[in-house]
Amino acid sequence: MAWVNAIIQGILTGGLYALFACGLSLLFGVMKVVNLAHGDLAVVGAYIGIGVIAVTHMPFLWSIPVMLILMAVLGYVLQRSLIQAALSRGELTTLIVTFGLSIVIENGLQQFFTANTRGIGVGSPIESSSFSLGSQIQIGWLQVIIFALAVIVLVALQYFLSASKYGRLIRAVADDREAALLSGVNSRHVFGIAAAVAFATVGLAGVAYGMSGTVAPTTGTDTILLFAFAAVVIGGLGSLWGTLLGGIVLGVAQQVGAQINISYEALAGYVIFLIVLVLRPQGLTARRTQS
Amino acid sequence: MSAMGEAAVLSGGDIRVTRSRRNVWWTGMAALAVVVVFALFPYYVYAGTTAILVQAFIILTLASMWNLLAGYAGLVSVGQQAFLGLGAYFVLILAIHGVSPFIGLPLAAIGTGAAALPLWWLVSRLRTGYFAIGTWVLATAVALFVQQFQSIGGGTGMPLSGLSGLDPTLLSAYTYWAGLLVTVLALAGVYFLLRSRVGLVLTAIRDDEQAARSSGARVGGARMLVFVVAAIGCGAAGGVLAIEQLQVVPGGVFSVQWTAEMAFAVIIGGIGTIEGPIIGTIVYMVLQQTLQQHNVWYLIILGLVAIGVTLFARKGIWGLADEKLGLRLFPVGYYLWSPGDRRGRKAVKPTA
Repeated sequence: MAWVNAIIQGILTGGLYALFACGLSLLFGVMKVVNLAHGDLAVVGAYIGIGVIAVTHMPFLWSIPVMLILMAVLGYVLQRSLIQAALSRGELTTLIVTFGLSIVIENGLQQFFTANTRGIGVGSPIESSSFSLGSQIQIGWLQVIIFALAVIVLVALQYFLSASKYGRLIRAVADDREAALLSGVNSRHVFGIAAAVAFATVGLAGVAYGMSGTVAPTTGTDTILLFAFAAVVIGGLGSLWGTLLGGIVLGVAQQVGAQINISYEALAGYVIFLIVLVLRPQGLTARRTQS
Repeated sequence: MSAMGEAAVLSGGDIRVTRSRRNVWWTGMAALAVVVVFALFPYYVYAGTTAILVQAFIILTLASMWNLLAGYAGLVSVGQQAFLGLGAYFVLILAIHGVSPFIGLPLAAIGTGAAALPLWWLVSRLRTGYFAIGTWVLATAVALFVQQFQSIGGGTGMPLSGLSGLDPTLLSAYTYWAGLLVTVLALAGVYFLLRSRVGLVLTAIRDDEQAARSSGARVGGARMLVFVVAAIGCGAAGGVLAIEQLQVVPGGVFSVQWTAEMAFAVIIGGIGTIEGPIIGTIVYMVLQQTLQQHNVWYLIILGLVAIGVTLFARKGIWGLADEKLGLRLFPVGYYLWSPGDRRGRKAVKPTA
């Protein structure tokens, strides 16, 4: 029964990892850029959530839209200024700029908010309530809600990309930037929109992470960025459902590893990542053929 | 050395090809003099000063290796802390088995190079951004793996044995010389590697990978060699770090901050030049020493400066100096002198 429990917990954690990963995957798909500051932006989202509640005393649920808007604005502005400037100078520059950004954000948060870990109080009994399956499996409602949230975000993102005006523009720019430019698409604005969406999702992931545990300035690089990247690679690029699958595989691997020995938790996830990298570098779901 | 042969043929006429626009024999002499002066430091400066210089040697060695990877082979690694940590742990493991850390140091460097081979196999298929974050994941996995063994300190680390019998003054002098030797070997190694045939291949890859491939350059082999050399250098730096700190703590040696520091030093000093990491290390040490009262501020400022430099002065401080003065202390490219031209013009884009 302990094993079944580990697998169920792993699947639920996997939803959170997919939520981390979808923004990373979106930006890579559109701009062919790995944003090394992705994990730290999740922490920024969580800290914005904590800050908004602390300053305005608004209920937890209301702080989420505020955080989403702030993160989206941050994403658009950062994309149009720093990241776009780096993009036009080449891939190496973009990597160095996002890595620099990651280090600056992480150490800046540490400087201003100390290295202490913080949690986000939901302010509702749901935080600690759970239901049981059979006699030995306890599932927290919060975990189920976060998993459902991840699925909703992925469905919404899929719908946004396939059916909305900006979604079509994003796909057009991602497929062939020159052709899109010739058709009169302002690609920089489209990149900005994509970054705004990606930042909002990663901010939400950061808040979800802070709800289910604690965040600290170093969480962004220690955990979130690497887990998100592992989920993207395991799942395979080009598919949001692949990302969900990747997140679940990673989550299950970690929980099963922890079941064997608690100190194997993170290592088991990375071992699965490396196995996929060697045996199936295109990911578990086949990669879209690239033009 | 086909390129050298070509140079000899060309120099038969009015056209000359040299390594540099200026005569640089004095650079070698000056470098030798600087090394000799540095080697004498323990005799007439305080131990506190040599301790700071050991840190500078570690950063300079790491920066030279990262420069080789990112500036010449196009491999932006964010996982060099893996090799730093492995070097430190190899020194520790050898010391546990009774090998003096100073004898263990070269063995640890070689061991790190050997460990880099299977790791290269794992990440070699990744490109640019994927390579960057893939090496990061790999470094984290290596750190977690090492921490599984309680006999070498598990998650908390352990003190380095085998040096307690030494007089503290003598120990700090030995540590200093070890650091200096590692740095000199690292710089000389990078310099001669880039002047060799592999250096030409690397330049070709950096300028246009597809063209290099189609001209028959062994791109994969050159990249692997650079990865292993960089691992050996970082491993040696990690070994010096273990000796300097007299302990190995996994959270310290496997921290991604090491890669941040080496990368920022390279970018600020000038990526793709041998002189760049030296300048960058000086900037790093000045910032770190002035701001050390203020915790991590030096890293924040270093990061911001690195972002600014990479966006607005891509070649860094040394690049600006080179543009203004045409100065190359360690030339690894070529200059073509056309007839009657005393200034010379660039034939092969000077690479370092």
